[in-house]
Amino acid sequence: MILTALAAGTTTAVGAAEGGEGFETPTPDIFWLPLIGEGNWAITEQMVWGGVSVVLLSVVMVALSKKAAIVPSKGQFFMENFYNLARNGIARDMIGTKHFLKFVPLLFSLFSLILLNNWFGILPPVMNPTFGRIGFPIALTLVVYVVYHWIGIKKMGVGGYFKHLVPPGLPGWIKPAIFVLEFITYFITRPLTLALRLFGNMFAGHMLIVLFVSAGAFFLTQGIAFKLLSVPTFIMAAAMFVFEALVQFLQAYVFTLLAASYIAGALADDH
Amino acid sequence: MEGNLSLVGYGLATIGPAIAVGLIFAAYINGVARQPEARNLLQPIAILGFALAEALAIFGLVLFFI
Repeated sequence: MILTALAAGTTTAVGAAEGGEGFETPTPDIFWLPLIGEGNWAITEQMVWGGVSVVLLSVVMVALSKKAAIVPSKGQFFMENFYNLARNGIARDMIGTKHFLKFVPLLFSLFSLILLNNWFGILPPVMNPTFGRIGFPIALTLVVYVVYHWIGIKKMGVGGYFKHLVPPGLPGWIKPAIFVLEFITYFITRPLTLALRLFGNMFAGHMLIVLFVSAGAFFLTQGIAFKLLSVPTFIMAAAMFVFEALVQFLQAYVFTLLAASYIAGALADDH
Repeated sequence: MEGNLSLVGYGLATIGPAIAVGLIFAAYINGVARQPEARNLLQPIAILGFALAEALAIFGLVLFFI
């Protein structure tokens, strides 16, 4: 996927008439941050922060769950509530009490990893959501994709799994059409939307923040009227930060919820 | 000022998902207001519906870059 198609042709020159340098709207290039190397094999900033997030999560979670006691400390209380959100709020409610325990580690890892990496988008030392690069959501989606097909096939066999795509009790003539539709849903639409939703939200949110902040900074370099205009621009930027915090939490939640619902769909006895 | 007409097209295309998301949350708020104890049951359904409706807008965003 080429995300640099916009690079040429969408820059606008607002302040050129004022004599200063023109304002360049942010392009998708702002997500390309190579640290070492170049081209397809470069190690980017997002990769480093992705690794840091894994280490950070492991250390914090081990530290908080190590001294588990009947009367929980503050940290343990926080950790348990967070864990319960993924365990009870997502896994148990979507998959059902019978099978859900097996999938809690996967779903909790997905939830915590996505949440932290999304919040990197508004946390000062990073300020860049890892999942704004399409490769990261694709990798997580691949895991979910393999898992829900694998458990479905393991439970019903290959033939049974494909038969299960068509809900029972349909008239015979409509079955082929439903099968094609369901097949496309299971094998193409679901992974595609799962990856693109996370990517699109992070990408668009980060672009929006960069646009407001850079526009506000640019207005400060212009005449007095533009300097006044930078005040509402910065207020909007601050509002976008709060809004993004919400969206980023919601997207982590939605990704995990959908992964759980796909697993539940593959495990369901009938539709 | 130069730009790309497909930006306007994408703006128009998001009207549909925007209305859909609005309807979904309106129904959710209605449901919770009428029966507050149904909140935990309705919340995942509402968010699931929101995510599916939103996917259409995301498709538009990504197709724009391809």
